[in-house]
Amino acid sequence: MSTQSEIAILGVGMHPWGKWGRNFVDYGVVAARAALKDAGVDWRKVQFVSGAATIRCGYPGQVAGATFAQALGWQGAQVNTSYAACASGSQALAAARSKILSGECELALVIGADTTPKGFLAPAKGDRPDDPDWVRFRLGITNPSYFALYARRRMALYGDTQADFAQVKIKNAQHGLENPNARYRKAFNADEVAASPMVANPLRLMDICATSDGAAALIVASVDYARRIGRGDAPRVAAISTVTPTFASSVIEMPDIATDSAVAAEAHSFRAALPMKAYEEAGIGPEDVSLAEVYDLSTALELDWIEDLRLCARGEAALMLRSGATRVGGRIPVNASGGLACFGEAVPAQALAQVCELTWQLRGQAGARQVPGAKVGITANQGLFGHGSSVIVKR
Amino acid sequence: MSNMVERPVLEGWFGKDDAGAYLIGSRCTGCGTFYFPRQSRYCRNPACDSDRFEDAPLSRSGRLWSYTDAAYQPPPPYVAADPFVPFAIAAVELEHEKMIVLGQVVAGVGVDALEVGMPMELVIETLSESQGANGSERHLTWKWKPAR
Repeated sequence: MSTQSEIAILGVGMHPWGKWGRNFVDYGVVAARAALKDAGVDWRKVQFVSGAATIRCGYPGQVAGATFAQALGWQGAQVNTSYAACASGSQALAAARSKILSGECELALVIGADTTPKGFLAPAKGDRPDDPDWVRFRLGITNPSYFALYARRRMALYGDTQADFAQVKIKNAQHGLENPNARYRKAFNADEVAASPMVANPLRLMDICATSDGAAALIVASVDYARRIGRGDAPRVAAISTVTPTFASSVIEMPDIATDSAVAAEAHSFRAALPMKAYEEAGIGPEDVSLAEVYDLSTALELDWIEDLRLCARGEAALMLRSGATRVGGRIPVNASGGLACFGEAVPAQALAQVCELTWQLRGQAGARQVPGAKVGITANQGLFGHGSSVIVKR
Repeated sequence: MSNMVERPVLEGWFGKDDAGAYLIGSRCTGCGTFYFPRQSRYCRNPACDSDRFEDAPLSRSGRLWSYTDAAYQPPPPYVAADPFVPFAIAAVELEHEKMIVLGQVVAGVGVDALEVGMPMELVIETLSESQGANGSERHLTWKWKPAR
């Protein structure tokens, strides 16, 4: 895709992840103000507010886009809210990109924030046998159940071990140690991971990400605008993939109780399709990638993503991990931010947090976790109901 | 002694005949795609616009695609015994339907007894019990069991 289709990232900001017990709006305002300051842009100049929403931990009556616009001070901007589960942030970014590339606006705020409950994410209340999300919880199948099914499958197919999964946690914990926005900043060793309680065999508590409060915001602009204010060298969004699965989707996905039947159509993998579209759109390939931020809902899932991003051949991600290639300092660092292992998941903010990290890395501002010479970064995430995304940022 | 009423936790999702338990799926009469749970209004194959379906009892056995367990009590609407009893979960690949179906594994069979690729068969078993105004209710569901 040509530079005509790119937009510039002028500013990024976050509210640190944690369990702060406050309203999501508080976090969003902190992240938005940080992004505005980082961009050197006056809030009143922003022409479009693109909010990422969650319904799971819901806040009825407070639709994200307008809620943030009001909190920052109504100033007559256009507004939009996107909901796409874990990919909500990427959808909100895509909405801003469309407005900018169509010439409808030049400068936009993209923002997502969440406040999460304790424990397992659970479905909405009431008896709803028509809702697959209700059905699977009624049968006792939680989110970690799915992560564990994928993990066990890797062990059976590729010979991955629980010790490999623990190494993902150890690596990401090391990466996140000095990330001021990470919730967990503690180093782990293999014994500590192995001593954590089993949640969904073969995954232990330290293999599974927590749910967190947090917020992330971006200030994005047309490339022209960026040049006019002397920021023509700002990192650019080169691709946003938010494709659906392709029938027959053959891997069991949350919240379904069964896969598509592949008797009349070829079997497809959803996760692998997401980055494929992003590479195509950016006109680059896996060989061009300097670093990746992937959705490590579980340690084992990070290994699946590495293969879905085609950073190595199918079944070889554990080998890559063992070689040190996915550590900062290695060939293709994965989750230099510390990933979900250090953040926990704040659903509508998470896909934007991934883009924040790539922006800092591409500017060379990532401090102790800096990936030397980072030029191209890719994100990958996937959530409920056939939503997922992959974003490429380059400089 | 109060009455014990048995009822399926999901009405119309499974049945039992002389040959044993089976899941009640449906099959698109246009392209042959199977569905579980049942589908009666539109075919989700993008190459098929059929709206005609027939009930299709699914294969009663398959191969274990993967498995796990629930060491912690799931949140509602799961109805847990007190104290909570951990259970295993199976993803079973049905060869004829070319699909994977999840379910709990029968009580008493843990992950140590499971292995990817092993044959599994469907059974009906109690999922949970509750006390109602008219006595106890036993909620039945399908579960997977290692096949002999």
